[in-house]
Amino acid sequence: MEITPPSLEYARLMPLIVVFAGACLGVLVEAVTPRSARWPVQVGLTFLTLLVAGALTVSGWSAGDVGISALGSVAVDLPTYFVWTALLVLGALSLLLFTERRLNGGVSAFAPQAAAVPGSVDEELAIRARTEHSEVYPLALFSLFGMMLFAAAGDLLVMFVALEILSLPLYLVCALARRRRLLSQEAGLKYFLLGALASAFFLYGVAMLYGYAGSFDLAALDAAISAGQQSTWLLLVGMAGVSIGLLFKVAAVPFHSWTPDVYTGAPTAVTAFMASCTKIAAVAALLRVFYVGLGGLRWDWQPLMALLAVLTMAVGALLAITQTDVKRMLAYSSITHAGFMLTAVTGASLSSGARDLSSVGATLFYLVAYGAASVGAFAVVTLIRDRNGEASSLDDWAGLGRRHPWLAGAFSVFMLSFAGIPLTSGFIAKVSVFESAWSGGYAWLVVVGVVLSLLAAYFYLRVIVTLFFAEPRPRAAAVTADAGTAGPDVGPSSGAEPAGGATAEAAEPGTGALSLATRRDDAAASAEETSVTSTASRPELGAGEVGVGRAGVATYAAVAVAVALTVVFGLVPGPLLELALQASVFLR
Amino acid sequence: MEPSYYLVLSAMLFTIGAVGFMVRRNAIVAFMCVELMLNACNLALVTFSHAWGLLDGQVASFFVMVVAAAEVVVGLAIIVSIYRTRRSASVDDANLLKF
Repeated sequence: MEITPPSLEYARLMPLIVVFAGACLGVLVEAVTPRSARWPVQVGLTFLTLLVAGALTVSGWSAGDVGISALGSVAVDLPTYFVWTALLVLGALSLLLFTERRLNGGVSAFAPQAAAVPGSVDEELAIRARTEHSEVYPLALFSLFGMMLFAAAGDLLVMFVALEILSLPLYLVCALARRRRLLSQEAGLKYFLLGALASAFFLYGVAMLYGYAGSFDLAALDAAISAGQQSTWLLLVGMAGVSIGLLFKVAAVPFHSWTPDVYTGAPTAVTAFMASCTKIAAVAALLRVFYVGLGGLRWDWQPLMALLAVLTMAVGALLAITQTDVKRMLAYSSITHAGFMLTAVTGASLSSGARDLSSVGATLFYLVAYGAASVGAFAVVTLIRDRNGEASSLDDWAGLGRRHPWLAGAFSVFMLSFAGIPLTSGFIAKVSVFESAWSGGYAWLVVVGVVLSLLAAYFYLRVIVTLFFAEPRPRAAAVTADAGTAGPDVGPSSGAEPAGGATAEAAEPGTGALSLATRRDDAAASAEETSVTSTASRPELGAGEVGVGRAGVATYAAVAVAVALTVVFGLVPGPLLELALQASVFLR
Repeated sequence: MEPSYYLVLSAMLFTIGAVGFMVRRNAIVAFMCVELMLNACNLALVTFSHAWGLLDGQVASFFVMVVAAAEVVVGLAIIVSIYRTRRSASVDDANLLKF
């Protein structure tokens, strides 16, 4: 018997291999490097990996090295190169936020020891020893590798495995916040359970589609749909399962409920990473499955997708208006933007002229515009702090623009881009997705989308008004004072503290549920401060005072690059549009 | 062999898993229900593999097993850390984040 070894296109797959190797090396670094050197070594290794992978991607892209690779399981085509570059650039930007240590008084924003119970002696010892989890870098790289593979998968089984590779590290890093650890752990649990459920649905869909086509290959699935010889039920159940899994990751409406909780609870740097990179990978995979694999069923899924787009835009925008917390509002805004992207997906239009974006091109452009602005917005959220950490309540931000015009200006640029105001990249992106939905014959969807984007603009502009024109309100000092006294006796059973909880709720009506956690966290933070402040370079903020923390160069660099991307792609969208125009058709 | 029997069994297992996930309150039980759903998928994959006379469905079920094992590692780590904090693994108790 003769066995032919499979041939792999190593050169073409090199960006994937480099990111994966970098992540594995990171695990090795954890084992062999002394504790004090780990953080700088990991940072260096991570950014070196991203740089090399980026260079390889760009060189492969400019050489036009496209093709179905690895026996049909990885499709490296122009949309893939576009997505890979976007993932590497935005991933690097969000990883810059991971490196921030100056804001927290010389330690990272991740838990000192994830295994220690919050508020316990173990945790206190870990804080005193200033231990850090530098594992977050390899975890982020593994996740990034999963995203790159997910967006490029030409095969449903590879797509499932990539989905898990991208999700599993994210579940962990979500639960690793240094402050508000209860919220962070809860975010990790919710994300994990719901994510596992969604991937089980995805897998059931994959199994049904395999039963229909007799192959996991997306191209073979397309051929089987054209032949149409199998039971339609298998196909429809399969399509439903696969769409549930993908729409969960995209955060489209019936499957969106994890988004606000996870985005709020996770460390903000991780939220930035999820909001930009996970969204890019998930939407790219959604496009590939629906256009390459299920393209023959277009007439069946388009009306459903249109309905989901309307629901996603409407629910995201309406709930965002009611939010009082900036991080949570940005999470709902991420849902709204998923809706805008789904309008382009619904259109399924091909490029009809030289200057006309197809649905794929328009969505890819939208992803870059949205990703850049959201990394920047979350970076600003990490900077606005009171003495206990991030102050993300909208009330705390009132009048901040007068004291810190540059930072508030940067945040306003991101909000304007989200709202789709001309001269920002968000405007060009919105116009192109609506255009592609229009040319796909969904004029009514465009009308609904425009109306809902006006609704969405309201809450983005409200933030700008709050930043620049609202009077700063004095915060309820009772909460902080109370937390100071309650500090020592806060046990693990935070859910049952009736007396203290009542005071906190009386002081801050409307944030009842969160105040317990905040209070606990205040207590933990004040305990921490006794050990940390002596060496910290933290600005001396008063009890209820909100200001801009003194951050390292990395966070400011991330904000600056995000502003630059948002403005440049708004003023001179030509080059990026040209790339998106070329990347308008998937290779089958 | 009649594949439809196996497919019906797979669908039943999947449904039991999905319903169990929604009605049970303990995070570990909910997670076990997800594992049941993954194994229902495995059964379907192997059945289709047999029906088509191809091997890739069976290979796929190995991939799924490995992925499920990795998921257990991550999931139990998160659930145990929550349990140690709150002395409860009930998903109803994890209710600080809402609206």
